[in-house]
Amino acid sequence: MNRIALFLPLALFVVLTVVLLLGLDKDPTELPSALVGEPFPVFSLPALHDANQILDEQDLLGDVVLVNIWATWCFACRIEHAMLNQLEEQGVKVIGLNYKDNREAAIDWLKKRGDPYTFSIFDERGRLGIDLGVYGAPETYLLDAGGTIRHRRVGVVDDRVWNNEFRDLYAQLMDEKR
Amino acid sequence: MNSLRKQRLQVVVLIIMAGIAASGLIIYMLGQNANYFYTPSQIAKGEAPQGVFLRAGGMVVEGSLLRDPNSLAVEFKVTDGNAVLIIQHTGILPDLFDEGEAAIAAGKVDQNLVLQATEVLAKHDENYMPPEVAESMSEAYLNKRKTEGGSR
Amino acid sequence: MTVELGHAALIMALCLAIIQAVVPMIGSFSGHTSWMRLGHSMAVGQFVFVALSFACLATAFVQDDFSVAYVANNSNTLLPLHFKLSAVWGAHEGSLLLWSLILSGWSTAVALCSGKLPLVLSARVLSVLGAISVGFALFLLFTSNPFDRVLPIPPLEGSDLNPLLQDFGLIVHPPMLYMGYVGFSVPFAFAIAALIGGQFDSAWARWSRPWINVAWVFLTIGISLGSWWAYYELGWGGWWFWDPVENASFMPWLAGTALMHSISASEKRGVFRSWTLLLAILTFSLSLLGTFLVRSGVLTSVHAFASDPERGIFILAFLGIVVGGSLLLFALRGPTMRSVTTYSGWSRETMLLINNVLLVSSMAMILIGTLYPLLADVLGMGKISVGPPYFNFFFVPLMSGLMVCLGFAGFTRWKNTEGRALLKKGVLPSIISLVLALVLPIFMMDKLTWSNYSLTAVITLLLVLWVVTMSLEDLWLKSRGKLSSLSSLSGSYWGMLIAHIGLAVCALGVGLSTAYDAQKDLRMVPGDTTELGGYQFQFVDVKRIEGPNFIAYRGNVEVRSGGEFVVSLSPEKRNYKSGGQVMTEADIDGQLHRDLYVSLGEPLGDQAWAIRFQVKPFVRCIWLGSLLIGLGGLLAAFDKRYRRRRLQKSVNSSSEGLAFE
Repeated sequence: MNRIALFLPLALFVVLTVVLLLGLDKDPTELPSALVGEPFPVFSLPALHDANQILDEQDLLGDVVLVNIWATWCFACRIEHAMLNQLEEQGVKVIGLNYKDNREAAIDWLKKRGDPYTFSIFDERGRLGIDLGVYGAPETYLLDAGGTIRHRRVGVVDDRVWNNEFRDLYAQLMDEKR
Repeated sequence: MNSLRKQRLQVVVLIIMAGIAASGLIIYMLGQNANYFYTPSQIAKGEAPQGVFLRAGGMVVEGSLLRDPNSLAVEFKVTDGNAVLIIQHTGILPDLFDEGEAAIAAGKVDQNLVLQATEVLAKHDENYMPPEVAESMSEAYLNKRKTEGGSR
Repeated sequence: MTVELGHAALIMALCLAIIQAVVPMIGSFSGHTSWMRLGHSMAVGQFVFVALSFACLATAFVQDDFSVAYVANNSNTLLPLHFKLSAVWGAHEGSLLLWSLILSGWSTAVALCSGKLPLVLSARVLSVLGAISVGFALFLLFTSNPFDRVLPIPPLEGSDLNPLLQDFGLIVHPPMLYMGYVGFSVPFAFAIAALIGGQFDSAWARWSRPWINVAWVFLTIGISLGSWWAYYELGWGGWWFWDPVENASFMPWLAGTALMHSISASEKRGVFRSWTLLLAILTFSLSLLGTFLVRSGVLTSVHAFASDPERGIFILAFLGIVVGGSLLLFALRGPTMRSVTTYSGWSRETMLLINNVLLVSSMAMILIGTLYPLLADVLGMGKISVGPPYFNFFFVPLMSGLMVCLGFAGFTRWKNTEGRALLKKGVLPSIISLVLALVLPIFMMDKLTWSNYSLTAVITLLLVLWVVTMSLEDLWLKSRGKLSSLSSLSGSYWGMLIAHIGLAVCALGVGLSTAYDAQKDLRMVPGDTTELGGYQFQFVDVKRIEGPNFIAYRGNVEVRSGGEFVVSLSPEKRNYKSGGQVMTEADIDGQLHRDLYVSLGEPLGDQAWAIRFQVKPFVRCIWLGSLLIGLGGLLAAFDKRYRRRRLQKSVNSSSEGLAFE
């Protein structure tokens, strides 16, 4: 076995590592929604707490907001909820999108755990979720004051995620608003 | 040592030739068996090859599930929000298959642009959607919005 | 408190691992005996702390401590105790803790059993194992801490464990698999130690062999259990899907098998040194790669744990350091490892070389097929999945070639074997095999009334009978036709014999069930009957029943053969109350020569149901065969030590005992 042949396994491994590294970038749950940089989809859905009140995308304008997809059937949402409550106390405006859920159960759930949402949109059939390209719950979108989606997180938002992905962008968007 | 060297050289040449043949074969077989995913929009536009085994999926259109009363033949439609794809299948549908939920099917598209599916897969969890379908849905929404033009 | 204790114990384990990784290695260069010895006590200490940590997590599960996020996500109060315990390794964080536990367990085993090894070698081996432990401990503590709390309000009830995982299979399959996966870290450490020390003699090979064998046995059983579990649990009769996660466990197995065979040549004849070292590195690297693929989210699969790219980057970095580092070491130190002896013709060395090539080629082919979808996505070629035809196209011929060579295994001699003499040994077996292979399927046609004359069956039988007859001929010749001399044959020999026959049995199951599998999906109302595979199936009725945490529809299907009642099958369709998951519980009547498999599809209204019927001849042989393979490996593993003690006691060993390596 001459010298060159001995280095072959290492070379192949380096190639493999590069492919895997690139693959991580392409991770499906990391992939930003095609909608990042686009205005939030048009919709017309009732509010969770008041079936007679109809909300649309205009209600998301004017402030930097988080839109959080949640549901009572989503277990990880319970874990995330404490974080959302904390963010709301710190002055972050959070809007809920109750996804494919039962209205009474959802209202009850919020009563028990605290309601960090300025309001919750009731998307019973998941139509808005389809347009957004939602995989499931929890998911969180960061919108700027003009209603454009600036970031998307698939999965729980905890301290680490907030600090790494949201905090700086949020601060920047708040500055821009002023 | 000359004959030993010759023998070694022969072996090396043999290995290289075998390697090239193997690589060629692997690349060929990968090409033949790589099952691409197509959205209903792509199939409707004719972008999907006919008679080739592929996968496609979307949201099952409400009310589109038709069953043959005498056999296990079914037909249903899936959509990505833009276009609709008709899927025909004979056999048992997966447990989590339902109208209004996401489904992926594998099979061949015939000349009527109907997918003759040999397999139907639904998501493996009650409330989650396969990433390919979710992505295609949001992209379809974007395209629709662009073609409709303007904003509300 | 137990949770904090568990966390603290993990940190202690990390500290000990760091010491274990650094001090003995330095000591091995400087000559400080006490430093080198430190590795042993550190390994044991580390095991104690990781075990403590694991016990704390298990306690949290048993006590329903839902303030711990991991427990809340994977358990609830209604879960039976044995599932609560196995839920400890049911998801990412806990399974990593299991990895760490098993790794420190293996390290302790090495520390305790290294009495006969030179201190320098054992110190280096334990250092390498310590370094790997450090990596996993860091991974756990920084990205995947199972002890994270849910603050400020812990839920009163936990989430349900996925009902798919509430099964006996979950209790045994992962630990077995991990014992194998992680077990190959030991030969890996031995290889690194050899490369560092520049010392690679047959003593080294003899010391590392038992570790390879035992790890391999665990991996064999682990993979077999996984396949068996998929077969009866998933409900549709499949037992291998070339799924990325399945492939991730199969590739180390292939490399490990090659390693096991290669090292015997290294031990006996000092050849294939580079091969053996490379295979030792490769096998464990594939284990780590498998870990990466399953947890990073780059590949979607029904098996994969919830993905997290941050974790993916960590594992990839770890992979890069461990594998990249070892391959670099291999490239630099390689020239010192050149083999010294030669071999020619159809010697055992040549056969083992062919064996290596076939196994590694299979592994490479599977690796390419598994990673191709990722590559295609990265290159923007779209979302691809690679189907089973690709894998089967290559795997079947490669394995068939392997089985042909396998037949000759026992007859080959080291250094050189006359080709002609070898072929002569094969004449009678090949005639017997060919005749039976051509004739038996004719009887099958009659017995299995639905089948045609099956070419697949012919080829399967040909290969299987070839291996069996050649093995028996070898046994006959080696025992000189006397029953009494059977006991003088070594454990290694029996291990080889049984493992090879096990492979043949497994291949018999694979081939014949593929050739003769019969399946029907039908719409049926109560009272309907159908014929399949020579059996009559009558759909009697469906009843609604209540289980502990589910509601089910239980069908009743009666099976008859030629009018005589055979068995009653009760497949179920279950709806789990929490989470609403639907599960298909098939019912199987299993005999060696066939399985009867019935599962319920969906209700079609008007009392009609979609039902799947399957008759699967000889499918059980697949798992029976793999059990035999494992048994063979076990026999071979325990031969070495026994024989060494025997050699030390007396100079009695028969020449046969030695020559059969």
